[in-house]
Amino acid sequence: MNLDHELACLITGVVGILIVASIITRILLKRARNDGARMTLENVAARTRAWWGMVIIFTLAILLGTTGTVILFGLLSFMALREFITLTPTRPGDHRTLFWVFFIITPLHYWYVLDEWYGMYSIFIPVYAFLFVPMRSALAGDCEHFLERSAKIQWGLLICVYSVSHAPALLSLQIPGYLGENAKLLFWFVIIVEISDVLQYVWGKTCGKHKVAPKVSPNKTWEGLIGGGLSTVAIGTALWWVTPFSPLQAAGMTVLVVLLGFLGGLVMSAIKRDRGVKDWGHAIAGHGGVMDRLDSLSFAAPIFFHVTRYALT
Amino acid sequence: MISSLIAGSLRVATGALARWHGCGPELRQRIYFANHTSNLDGPLLWASLPTPLRVRTRMVAAHDYWSVGKLRPWLAQRVFNAVLIERKKPTAECNPLNTMLEAMGDDHSLIIFPEGGRQASPEPEPFKAGLYHLAKRRPDVELVPVWMENLNRILPKGEILPAPLLGSLVFGTPVRLEEGETKVDFLNRARESVICLRGTCG
Repeated sequence: MNLDHELACLITGVVGILIVASIITRILLKRARNDGARMTLENVAARTRAWWGMVIIFTLAILLGTTGTVILFGLLSFMALREFITLTPTRPGDHRTLFWVFFIITPLHYWYVLDEWYGMYSIFIPVYAFLFVPMRSALAGDCEHFLERSAKIQWGLLICVYSVSHAPALLSLQIPGYLGENAKLLFWFVIIVEISDVLQYVWGKTCGKHKVAPKVSPNKTWEGLIGGGLSTVAIGTALWWVTPFSPLQAAGMTVLVVLLGFLGGLVMSAIKRDRGVKDWGHAIAGHGGVMDRLDSLSFAAPIFFHVTRYALT
Repeated sequence: MISSLIAGSLRVATGALARWHGCGPELRQRIYFANHTSNLDGPLLWASLPTPLRVRTRMVAAHDYWSVGKLRPWLAQRVFNAVLIERKKPTAECNPLNTMLEAMGDDHSLIIFPEGGRQASPEPEPFKAGLYHLAKRRPDVELVPVWMENLNRILPKGEILPAPLLGSLVFGTPVRLEEGETKVDFLNRARESVICLRGTCG
């Protein structure tokens, strides 16, 4: 993939934002008076450092081309899935099913994505893997909580592997007038998802009062959703020129991504809360696990993919 | 060099998070004792210790398991520097207790699994007497309880292929043999000190 001018602009913009964010956090940290504020800011600083790492890895993968990007998302799916299955108890009878899920089904699915075999990767997990998982577990002969255990594994596969893989699958869309430029669409999509998370966090922390679903997530407020959502729509629309969309379409797609990301985050919070944990894991300092960063993306990616595919190809 | 490499890959492969709750990773003679559910337990506990501690810590393992084939003896001797004990029929010449005391010497720590073998049950089985005798003979050594979580889901007994889940370990507050405490009481207390760490595992 050649580095076109617009992609270079996007990368420069993101790096610019990170530099500004790093400087602001450092200044605020120096001025912090009480311990509470210092704790929050230290967490923000850790998050910003981790963002540097994530941006560098993601940019390198994009520059390496389709193969690099698909492999990166495949690894992320693998890590997210292991966090998911670790937190949702399975039984010894599921052991060999899990071996298949991690080492055969997940790589095979990403192989189909890399192969751009749409007819296969869009049904491989929802049909073939869906049926295979309970069959393999039944052979192991353990009936206790059978439906529950099968459902957990199927859910893990659908959210962590199938849904997430629709982000790199954007690279395979044949959009007239946009051929060979799909890397920018993926970059735009990931920026929107993540910046929406960040801005909702910032708005929520600074002026959040009314909680959307206090029992599920005390951090998600109406002020955060509306303030963060509107600022994200402004950014998404302002960047319409890197996408195949018109400015109006870009605004609509951003609204879609923001809402799906928000609700996806809420769903994953409900699972975490039920399991009695705050984070999915500890893979990324300041953020928690891989799944804590991918939760919004996994809900937004398949819908964004299909709406784009339906509207533009 | 190879040891560090293997320790590092073990930590990455199991995604293991080690948490020091009741004590820190200090360089002093200790006996780490933990629940036992998987063949990965010993190697991973060993791998989770910081390098200066790791090179002076030896895991106690079953002779009948670790002397089979070519790879296992090599790992046991060259990598884990394991103390192999006879668990089937101890005799006067090869008493496991003496082997362990000798292996500790003046500057080595031990990793032991007082249940005697891998268990499939969620609660650890009653402890065997070895820990008590070690505590009695070496009152100067700290006894550190360790809870190992999820290792039986990564590599359960009887399986060869692993599932790549995330494991974790919690190091608890050291226990010691109190004056006049009976063997049964001490072993129960030691077992409880391992079990109560389970709550702290995410």
